[in-house]
Amino acid sequence: MSVPILKQADVLIASIQAALSDRDLVELRDHFADQIGRHRSLGVVIDLTALDVLDSFATRTLESIANAARLRGANTVVVGIQPDVAFSMVQLGLSLDGIATALDLEDGLAELAKITKQRGHRRDR
Amino acid sequence: MVIVVIDEVSVTIERDADIVTARQKGRELAATIGFSSTDQTVIALAISEIARNIVTYALRGKVFLSRTEEGGRRGVLVIAEDEGPGIADIELAMRDGYSTSRSLGVGLPGTKRIMDEFQVESSMGRGTTVRMKKWLR
Repeated sequence: MSVPILKQADVLIASIQAALSDRDLVELRDHFADQIGRHRSLGVVIDLTALDVLDSFATRTLESIANAARLRGANTVVVGIQPDVAFSMVQLGLSLDGIATALDLEDGLAELAKITKQRGHRRDR
Repeated sequence: MVIVVIDEVSVTIERDADIVTARQKGRELAATIGFSSTDQTVIALAISEIARNIVTYALRGKVFLSRTEEGGRRGVLVIAEDEGPGIADIELAMRDGYSTSRSLGVGLPGTKRIMDEFQVESSMGRGTTVRMKKWLR
């Protein structure tokens, strides 16, 4: 199952619709790196609302998506981590270090607009 | 003491997609046993971590999921078995932050922390078996 990436103005949005295998995650990472350049995106939002579990591999892959995006000039916000998923991550000792998070897509887009503005990065279109 | 094990499900683990299948079946079983949705997620996460160990280190193995009863308690029993290279130093592998692959090294020690019982048996060249339980509270 591959994850569709939507483009909205300067932002790329990936909404995870089901449980992801390792391969899906790696594919998502590679697509983002490519699409950020193609669309000259300034931000990435990853919506994990439908995700059942965030394990150590998924956490590491999200961190590398965010790091790669940052090196390509885009900020990442992860949204929609469910309460049970968050709780289980904390118990296992996982965190998403250095990645901005928000409650849902709406807050994530607002957060991204704020970060982008702070960096004085917004392009006039 | 009487130990009862019922409703066994087994999932063959040989590719990354099998990890998802194993944790989903584990969650379903945990739900039928009566675990809260938080504990279902914790159990699914534990299964994900030990199934990933099989894919990463042994390439092929099996995860057995069952309901267990012991001294009036009910819980879930998860056994992960592989015939991989084995773990050279279990004590070291159980240490937080230690990994021979490029992972975070939270896998085994983290999984032990979130389950109620956790044992690893391994012999070099013969494989590894992880047995873990979580009890219904």
